[in-house]
Amino acid sequence: MKKDGEPLLRDLAPRVLAAVVRRYGDFDTAEDAVQEALTAAFYTWPRTGVPENPRAWLIRVAARKLTDAVRSESARRRREMKAVREASPEEAVAPPPDEAPLDEVEEDDALALLFMCCHPALTRPSAIALTLRAVGGLTTAEIAGAFLVPEPTMAQRISRAKQAIKSSGIGFAMPPPEERSARLGPVLHVLYLIFNEGYAASAGVEHQRVDLAAQAIRLARAIHALVPDDGEVRGLLALMVLTDARRAARTGRNGEIIPLDEQDRSLWDREAIAEGVELVTAAMNRGAAGWYLLQAAIAAVHDEASRVEETDWRQIVALYGVLVQMSDNPMVALNRAVAVAMVDGPERGLVLVDAIERDPRVRGHYRVDAVRAHLLERADHTMAAVSYYEAAAQKTANLPERDYLLLKAARLRSVVS
Amino acid sequence: MKFMLMMHAPRGTGEYQFPGWKPEEFQAHIQFMKDLNKDLRSSGELVGAEGLSPPGQARIVRSKGDGAPEVTDGPFAEFKEFLVGYWLVDVENADRAYAIAGKASTAPGPGGKPMGLAIEVRQVMSGPPDLFLDARG
Repeated sequence: MKKDGEPLLRDLAPRVLAAVVRRYGDFDTAEDAVQEALTAAFYTWPRTGVPENPRAWLIRVAARKLTDAVRSESARRRREMKAVREASPEEAVAPPPDEAPLDEVEEDDALALLFMCCHPALTRPSAIALTLRAVGGLTTAEIAGAFLVPEPTMAQRISRAKQAIKSSGIGFAMPPPEERSARLGPVLHVLYLIFNEGYAASAGVEHQRVDLAAQAIRLARAIHALVPDDGEVRGLLALMVLTDARRAARTGRNGEIIPLDEQDRSLWDREAIAEGVELVTAAMNRGAAGWYLLQAAIAAVHDEASRVEETDWRQIVALYGVLVQMSDNPMVALNRAVAVAMVDGPERGLVLVDAIERDPRVRGHYRVDAVRAHLLERADHTMAAVSYYEAAAQKTANLPERDYLLLKAARLRSVVS
Repeated sequence: MKFMLMMHAPRGTGEYQFPGWKPEEFQAHIQFMKDLNKDLRSSGELVGAEGLSPPGQARIVRSKGDGAPEVTDGPFAEFKEFLVGYWLVDVENADRAYAIAGKASTAPGPGGKPMGLAIEVRQVMSGPPDLFLDARG
């Protein structure tokens, strides 16, 4: 299939799946059937052309695959239990293969599917894999490739996730309206993790890998369309769009990290920034002020400065202040210290870092050393900065990050000597 | 996040110590490893696992500047322990990696007793940084 046919299939996947699950109830079998239908479309449509109603086509094919699966399962069981004479209940439920197309899918179904795939009872890796496949419409091979694990391993992870859904009794049901906002939390967290993973990978040169950052943005857009009034959904979408807008500028030729203050801002995606800023503004105007939205607002302040000197640091300090109060997260406090240092000088920032480091949750974390190094460098305590950059490099589990820190230290050393 | 679990054994003679084991002890050990790998595969966490040939067969290769690299034989008295094999797992968090390592260390030896071999757990440096909480952008 041509490249441009794939997005269509991917967008249809969750709606087809939701329709089939709603009709037949069994998520596990339905999910397999929909994957088969997508594969069939992938090979058939380039020859026959995209059907007039592609969703109905997919639902019909998936329903047929499901019926086949139920039949062969019943046949297997019949062979196993020779004594059983009467037709199995599954067979009675299965409709004739070419029944009229199923009803229009309610938007609620697509949301219910997301709630199920991102259920907190699943481990995060399982929820991520299942969401990318069932909601994102990616193949197991694509997901395995994106996370650099063997395909059978990813297939097992997805299958485990489906089993977990079955055994824990997580149903394909829509929570009542008053619970939806809270239930969106884990969904947004899964998308956040997918984006984060993709953004880190984008530093590499592995173009054949599925772009997870783009997939996360696509899924966030889909959720935003389902719940347009939710400030946090809007906030997460904005955060992703505003961060992704800097993609071309944030890594060098060898995938090395280029920090915000050294980026060539002419490479930033102005169109994406405009979209992100509009999303943030719209949500703020409605009085929303959640975790993702505030981070998006900070990203927007950065993105709106066409030169680093024009950055409105006071605004950023204020936004981090709200985030600190909201979350009691020492990493956020650390970022606030960096912003405070831009307004009141590095010494003030270092005083804050001293206090933050007493929090056992961040003691020994490389970011504390990295921030301290950065502030010491700005305060012209060069050799102290070198030793903290090197200490931070010893603690990070991210290769580009380590290289960035070591390079910083090496450059400072060469200036001094 | 990915971790490499490396199983180390005392260097001893530079050969595996299996030859002294009873057949059933040896079989129990093999079965244990097979079951462990099967569990990790079916939980969707196994990225790879290999056992390595004994250190007696190892060669050390070193560039000597220009020309062909120098290849020398073992055994290598300076190493107290050697790497027997490794697992590469992709897990939710470090605690899960430690739990798998803890399980691997219970692999049975002579008399069916857990061998308690040391498993070194190292995170693979492919972890994504937490982007949004990174003020650098």
